[in-house]
Amino acid sequence: MNIAVCVKQVPDTADIKWTENNTIQREGLESIINPFDMYALETALKLKDEFKSVNITALTMGPPQAEEIIRKSIAIGINDGFVITDKKFAGADTAATGRTIAAAIKEKIKNVDLVLCGQFATDGDTAQTGPAISVNLNYPIITYVKEILSVKNNIITVKKEVEDGMEILKVKLPAVLCMLKCDYEPRRPLIDGFKTAQKADIPKYGLEDIGLDAEQVGFKGSPTYVSKAFRPEQKQCGDIFEPTNTDDAINKILEALNG
Amino acid sequence: MAKGILIYAQTDRNDFLQNVVLELANTAQDLSKKLDNCEVSAILFTDGTNLEENKNILSKNGFDKVYIANSKDLKQYSIEYYSKIVVDLIKNIEPEIFLIGATTQGRELAPIVATTLNTGLTADCTNLDINEKGQLASTRPTFGGNLMATILCKNYPQMATVRPKVLKKTETSIIKNTIFEEISFDLSTVDKKVEFIEFLPNKQLSDVRIDEAEIIVAGGKGMKNKEGFKLLEELAKLLGGSVGASRGAVDMKLADSSVQIGQTGKTVVPKIYIACGISGAIQHTVGMSSSEKIIAINKDKNAPIFKVADVGIIGDVFEILPELIKKLKG
Ligand SMILES: Cc1cc2nc3c(=O)[nH]c(=O)nc-3n(C[C@H](O)[C@H](O)[C@H](O)COP(=O)(O)OP(=O)(O)OC[C@H]3O[C@@H](n4cnc5c(N)ncnc54)[C@H](O)[C@@H]3O)c2cc1C
Ligand SMILES: Nc1ncnc2c1ncn2[C@@H]1O[C@H](COP(=O)(O)O)[C@@H](O)[C@H]1O
Repeated sequence: MNIAVCVKQVPDTADIKWTENNTIQREGLESIINPFDMYALETALKLKDEFKSVNITALTMGPPQAEEIIRKSIAIGINDGFVITDKKFAGADTAATGRTIAAAIKEKIKNVDLVLCGQFATDGDTAQTGPAISVNLNYPIITYVKEILSVKNNIITVKKEVEDGMEILKVKLPAVLCMLKCDYEPRRPLIDGFKTAQKADIPKYGLEDIGLDAEQVGFKGSPTYVSKAFRPEQKQCGDIFEPTNTDDAINKILEALNG
Repeated sequence: MAKGILIYAQTDRNDFLQNVVLELANTAQDLSKKLDNCEVSAILFTDGTNLEENKNILSKNGFDKVYIANSKDLKQYSIEYYSKIVVDLIKNIEPEIFLIGATTQGRELAPIVATTLNTGLTADCTNLDINEKGQLASTRPTFGGNLMATILCKNYPQMATVRPKVLKKTETSIIKNTIFEEISFDLSTVDKKVEFIEFLPNKQLSDVRIDEAEIIVAGGKGMKNKEGFKLLEELAKLLGGSVGASRGAVDMKLADSSVQIGQTGKTVVPKIYIACGISGAIQHTVGMSSSEKIIAINKDKNAPIFKVADVGIIGDVFEILPELIKKLKG
């Protein structure tokens, strides 16, 4: 079984600093693998633990230095990976990103059975790239997946989290799944893994390699664009009390509940 | 030339309209005024169970027209069936704007429809407006709420999913002579690959669903153990609310991961959010900072939760909560 995992490099949201002009200061911002993609990677690795025949490719679209997260993925046990990178991809919205990633999957991975994405990327938080990939690949999709329950005879059964509970669904492969935070923790790299990752050859593919036109990618290929970005109004500081006794505290809470 | 505003009238498992539909209906009225009072219509999927009631509600909420897809085959949401019917309807009526609630269903359906139609979609918006050029201007938080972005769309329909509970519902009813049109569709051509097997309802700590709760009593690691969370359950019950949790508490198995609030959990917008023994890490606060009123109880006066709290109480939850519960019981 061939699995493709889509991973995105995102800035660590806990670490955001502002310039004087209220724009995000990008230099020195720590980059991480999107947290949900860590669960997508772990889910793929669990399938590899279970079935010897599983081969996992991690791929990312981004600047050349996004190579770093492919190495990290290899360090935890992914077989190989590549970076989709080209100046012409800049300014892509989710529609163009989905189209580009799908084209790269089609061109560069043979017979993909399963594409795993994270449900959201924590920078954009759109949850739209996975579905866009699925339409471009013409694969069925299940989003908000909490767990893969079984893979048998080309049918995958999953647990999906919805507002009022869980749904059990099954889908015939090939398919795209978008993963939520799972109830298991992503594994850490092993020493051997680091060595393999350092030595790994990580190809970079540009527009010419994936069979799309310049009009279909990047800003040109994006139906949406940002007209304005601004910092939300900072909330006024609230009232903080250090009550002298419990009654005092309770009265403050009741006041807040009723007011 | 594209015309009018179409809204996805999502119903729940029992065929009841979701609240977000009425929020969208209200906003659509405002948008329509800025677009020469263009038509506001809805697409409703139903198996017939609650159809009459839903028609009644929709006509009181200002819809000029409602397209109804009525079939037993549509009882259970199916991405393949639903997206096919929506795409065909849009090709047929060519709306200028298509709005969908940012529910789990909406956030799956919308990008599938948008990609199929090769149009743009803005995710999880918190504000919608029409700009001076007559375009839909959709505003949404990014970077975990650190930055707001207003996004425009070059193609039609201009699509957006909208976060539930952020926009206001209609206060007074706008009664319209709504036209109801049952649409015909052929599902036999759809190669349905995703199959629904069963539904397992939440085993939540409270009766009220967390995404619908007006009051959320949330606990963190500071609640220490299951006994601590019992206090939260009791309080939530007394207030008619729901229990939420930080990831810290979920990791300690004090609460189910389905009630985790934050970046890797849920985003909630209740009227009142009571944070008990939660430090207020950014990954937590992105999921709750839009709540109307935030009350925080924490014994550490430097806890970051106090930066987002409207009312902060520096104190011990184990002293305060039992007394508060006693007092509320009267
Ligand atoms: C990628 C990523 C994603 C994450 N996603 C989420 C997410 O979705 N949601 C989330 O919540 N977190 C998330 N986190 C974790 C987050 O960073 C924090 O670690 C977590 O929110 C801390 O939980 P806590 O506030 O319950 O625990 P702590 O930080 O340990 O805080 C406990 C608080 O309780 C107070 N306290 C202790 N005893 C008492 C008492 N008796 N009375 C009153 N107060 C008391 C303490 O003063 C302290 O402030 C994520 C982290 C990462 C790296
Ligand atoms: N540039 C990218 N490269 C690889 N995968 C991506 C990229 N952008 C988004 N994805 C995938 O799509 C998921 C959802 O991202 P988003 O639509 O941005 O919220 C992520 O968790 C990734 O799995």
